[in-house]
Amino acid sequence: MAAYVLKRILQGVLTVWFIATATFLAMHNVPGDPLSGERATNAAIQANLEARYGLDKPLTEQYLIYLGNMMRGDFGISFTQQNREVNDIIREHFPVSATLGILAVTFAALGGILWGALTSLYRNRMPDYVIMFLVILGISVPSFVFAALGQLALVNLNSLLGVSVLPVAGWGTVSHMILPALVLGLGTMAYLTRLMRSSMLEVMTADYIRTAKAKGLTPTRIFTRHQLRNAVLPVVTVLGPAIAAITTGGFVVELVFAIPGLGRYFVQAVQQLDYTVIMGTTVFYGAFLVFMVILVDLIYGWIDPRVRLK
Amino acid sequence: MSISKIPVRTLRPADFELLPAQSAAPVIVRPSRSYWQDAWARLKTNKRALVSLYIIIALILFTFAGPLVWRVDPARQDVDQISVGPGVDRRAIVVEPWQAWDGSSLAPGYDSGEGLQLAADPTTQSVRLLWSEVPGATYYRLYRNLFSATDIDALGIPMADFSAGGRRWYEDLLDLQPREYFYSITAFDANNQRMDEFLTISADVTRVITMDEVRSKELGVDIDRLQLGDEVFLTFHPLGTDYLGRDMLARLMAGAQVSLFIGLLAPLLFVSFGVLYGATAGFVGGRVDQLMMRIADFVVALPFLLFMILFQVVFGIGPGESGIIPMLVALVLLSWPATARLVRGQIMQIREEAYVSAARLLGGSHMYLIFRHMIPNTLGVILVTLTFAVPSAIFTEAFLSFIGMGVAPPTASWGSMSNEALKTMLTHPHELFFPALMISITVLAFNLLGDGLRDALDARMRGME
Amino acid sequence: MKQPRTPDDRLLSAAGRQLSAYALMAIAFLIVLMFILNWLAGLTSSSSGMSRFGVDVENNSINAFLRNEPPQMDTMRSTDAISGVVLGHVMEGLLRYDENGELVAGIAERWEQNGTEITYWLRDNARWSNGDPVTAHDFEFAWKKVLEPATASQYSFILYPILNAEKANQGELPVDAVGVRALDDKTLQVTLEAPIAYFDRIVAFVTFLPAQKEFFEQTQGRYGADADKMLYNGPFMMTSWVHGASLRLERNPFYWDPSRAKLDAINFAHMTSDSNTLLNLFKDGQIALTDLTTQMLEEAMFQRWPLERFAEGTVFFTDLNHRPERLTSNFNLRKALQLAQDSDELVNRVIKLPGYLPGISMFPEWVQGVNGLLREEFPPAVHRRNVPLAREHLQKALDELGLERLPPLVLLSGDTPVARLQAEYYQELWRRELGIEIRIDEQTFRQRLDKMSAGDFDLVLSGWGPDYNDGLTFADLYASWNLNNRGRYINPELDAYVRIAQTSLDQVERVRAFGMIQQIVYDDVVHISNYERGYVYSTDPRLKGVVRRVFGAETDYSYAWIEAEAN
Repeated sequence: MAAYVLKRILQGVLTVWFIATATFLAMHNVPGDPLSGERATNAAIQANLEARYGLDKPLTEQYLIYLGNMMRGDFGISFTQQNREVNDIIREHFPVSATLGILAVTFAALGGILWGALTSLYRNRMPDYVIMFLVILGISVPSFVFAALGQLALVNLNSLLGVSVLPVAGWGTVSHMILPALVLGLGTMAYLTRLMRSSMLEVMTADYIRTAKAKGLTPTRIFTRHQLRNAVLPVVTVLGPAIAAITTGGFVVELVFAIPGLGRYFVQAVQQLDYTVIMGTTVFYGAFLVFMVILVDLIYGWIDPRVRLK
Repeated sequence: MSISKIPVRTLRPADFELLPAQSAAPVIVRPSRSYWQDAWARLKTNKRALVSLYIIIALILFTFAGPLVWRVDPARQDVDQISVGPGVDRRAIVVEPWQAWDGSSLAPGYDSGEGLQLAADPTTQSVRLLWSEVPGATYYRLYRNLFSATDIDALGIPMADFSAGGRRWYEDLLDLQPREYFYSITAFDANNQRMDEFLTISADVTRVITMDEVRSKELGVDIDRLQLGDEVFLTFHPLGTDYLGRDMLARLMAGAQVSLFIGLLAPLLFVSFGVLYGATAGFVGGRVDQLMMRIADFVVALPFLLFMILFQVVFGIGPGESGIIPMLVALVLLSWPATARLVRGQIMQIREEAYVSAARLLGGSHMYLIFRHMIPNTLGVILVTLTFAVPSAIFTEAFLSFIGMGVAPPTASWGSMSNEALKTMLTHPHELFFPALMISITVLAFNLLGDGLRDALDARMRGME
Repeated sequence: MKQPRTPDDRLLSAAGRQLSAYALMAIAFLIVLMFILNWLAGLTSSSSGMSRFGVDVENNSINAFLRNEPPQMDTMRSTDAISGVVLGHVMEGLLRYDENGELVAGIAERWEQNGTEITYWLRDNARWSNGDPVTAHDFEFAWKKVLEPATASQYSFILYPILNAEKANQGELPVDAVGVRALDDKTLQVTLEAPIAYFDRIVAFVTFLPAQKEFFEQTQGRYGADADKMLYNGPFMMTSWVHGASLRLERNPFYWDPSRAKLDAINFAHMTSDSNTLLNLFKDGQIALTDLTTQMLEEAMFQRWPLERFAEGTVFFTDLNHRPERLTSNFNLRKALQLAQDSDELVNRVIKLPGYLPGISMFPEWVQGVNGLLREEFPPAVHRRNVPLAREHLQKALDELGLERLPPLVLLSGDTPVARLQAEYYQELWRRELGIEIRIDEQTFRQRLDKMSAGDFDLVLSGWGPDYNDGLTFADLYASWNLNNRGRYINPELDAYVRIAQTSLDQVERVRAFGMIQQIVYDDVVHISNYERGYVYSTDPRLKGVVRRVFGAETDYSYAWIEAEAN
């Protein structure tokens, strides 16, 4: 077990190095100069700027410096926010993205399991049709449309009621989180509902359920201990990737709801060609993703004894 | 699942009589059906999947045959019909070309009087206004409103300021639509304070067009017999126009070509690559397999959207390029490992199956094994993967367009059209509705078809439902 | 079906009960989770003291927005308009712009120019937000810091009129040689390279703001990175800055003119440029002011919001590449492109926003002449669209170039919505009217700049905003030595007029030079004028006295006050 974990971690570190190198090479091949400003700079100013960011050194030296600094957990100084370190940016903005992501995944998982179970119970009846219609909407409408429409609906609700039910944008309190998290989790929720539904249907006809019924167990016990529990397992498997995808994919929601998450910073950094922020964010997210997957694998092996780690 | 009781019947003497001799043994024949025939039969019973299939065929027809039927240039701009919704009044009166106004001449039937007034018939070319001096005013501000002006604090859009003693006329040219406008004017005194009264007037604008425009727009009327004051119909746009007056239907078709190109080709490419890669790894096994799978793991570990964006930036889009190819390449580069893993798993599994071992023992060659057993048995899974990859590719394209990293203008895609339209969502919902609807329909159709295919092809599912 | 209690039904109802129990548990769990997350998030982003209302009468504070996170508050490195808005509230230079846009005394009480020597006498009661007096040394320190090569300030060039500033910035001379000296705590003496007429207008720019040396050194390179990493000498001071989310300004008790700030606090509670989001926030009463796009005007009129307009004072134009190897260096081709278009149609029919003005000159409306506005004293050439004449010019151009057909031209553009709109509009316009194929090259900000500097374009959608309140900030744009002359237009005649505008001390002569430059730019089609950018915006009716102007903070709340709903 320990050897397995160690091996996985080692692989993870190697992957992060790969990501770091790929990003570094990508960034230094991007057309455009991160130091150019709206006002053309003369040679002297340009030289001063390049010296400040170490861009005047040969590429291999830059790469070694970059790797060395990264090893010490230092991603350098941002190009646009010239007195802020990339570390500060990640430290301040990643928790926001993570909070939003965790909440969205929780919404998605709880909602998906509940709706999925409900539709399977009421198969081919009204609740099933209604929920499955909503699921189809959730799967087929792009998230930016949902985000914009959700905000519009909320502002009209607020003005209709004359009180602010929920704030329409911004960040800071619980009330700010609800709508963005819902919008962000909606697609995943729809996906999980479908998964849960088919998983429930499969379990319902399983032999052990028939056995349980034959044994004369109470319906409650059959449902919770046997049906639900087994049906949830496939849902748990996809949660790991879902968390990662949602946390790193919250750009749209962060942009629409003016949330100071890392995703929005990344998009801005790309538009501004802010090398250090782009590299820092990518490597950080890469590492996050890699170790998240390892963690989920370990947890899954622990939950489901049928999966043996080798 | 209620167990019905089998009614018990007692035996009668007739039951013990001999049966007459039969000419031949009953032949129980079921037509032999291949895997694919079986799958197709199963798919046919799945209504949703079938409807989805028809929708997809319709979409492809819309994309490729559509432009042959609806021969409108998607790039052609009609600045007289910008952001027009479907089914609006298209009538226009033919008038003389617009001439700049100096504020002195009055149209017949209009004469200067007190207060704010019109100096000519208000048309979509221009609205001409005159007003008389207010004592004590140092300057005036003219407003335009879409609703009747009743509140001095909300007179509408401030159009211009005029100092007293200067000109007392204004010609409004700004985006005039055939509807009623309300113009108001307020005066400000020497202390820069607004005076309490305002003058207001309504102008009912009629849509007009000049001879030259009729000619250049090819409206299909006989120019020679056309006279000033005649009524003509402007170009017909069944789904309305966008923010530059381009035909929505034609643009949706053009956008479909881009969206479906990316949405279909990218999955096809990366799934094929994944199949080759995964099959090789799975079939060869051993160290090679280990190495190949590690490489796939690296790629899987890349944060997908971040790298999509990075790729877009690194490739860059040159002048006149649409940006489709970089997006395609990036999608393929980042998406293949999932298929590769899946196929490898399948191949590894099938390799251990008894029938493969049997075939091998009977002397089947590698080629035979691959083509007779491996590929047909994985094809179902591959097909399902492919179907589900289409919606995600379409979404990725839409998403990238949303954050401004998508296709370059003037290329249209459904994603970029939706993105542009979000800004005008409030006033021109049709601009958002149609492309978003197309995305939704496509994504939905492929998802449902994927479901149907999975049910039809997946051996485990046979016999259920 | 009718039988009430089959085993399935029992299972169903039991399951239903179970599910509802789970649902309740899930909701409870969600609520707990949200509070935990809220607490965790609170560790990184405190929104203490921020009201949810756009106008908070009780606390005498307002909520406003910024279009983006200000990159930094370090006045020596700051280059952008958003930082400029905040700095305009919290900092004050020697001179500043008042609510009417007039240049007035700021920290300097009075000043005197004597040839190349200018002396500023500072106010005795000017103090920093920690109570220390603002001294002449603070200015000397900051200016020299800007010029230090290690600071790598992008705007250091704006100090170049000062003696030895350019050489010091290039590392050829020590910064001590720069012509700025504190004679005592309250007297600052500046020596210029040559006498110029407009130095007092330049000195109101952000880069000339002071900084206290002791404090600056304490921050260890993080000056202006956070609210507590800076000292303020303006009417407000920053008390909190949650990056990317919000920024809070409170009244500065040490400001020399206690009567100026009337609000107790200004919260920049949202940082976003998404116009839909801003509209929704305004509609929800969470911000006190919002800009409106064309599509939002109908809604705004329906809601009966008071609307105002404001011209930002920047000009936008299509720059042409005059490098000899480019087709656009041909005058007739340029003329054809110019004659086929019409900025009236662009603004009135395509952009459609009432705040925008059709572009008719390289100088925006506000530029001053001798006694009045420059454009009244020297009216710009009257442009009329003339397609037949444009086609004649095109034919001439083809003959001169020896071409049958014109190869496609590259139109470089930014990725903002208006730039995209404009690019698509022009592409179709020139194709339709002249049969010229235009290839749009849409690039993000820095890539576009890079291509502009490299001359990798035929046409580029560009713009220019003023740095200081003098026509020269526009007039020298096409001087052959100006690096911002991206199309490398070279014309000795124009250069000569620029020299006059730069060096002459006679305003009449300078304004005449501006007028001549304006004429050359139109006649020789140096660029094609597109529009002057403006905004239509709406303010909460209770908030009065918001200033929007060309110089200083673009949106200035420092003079604003709240009028509770009495009327």
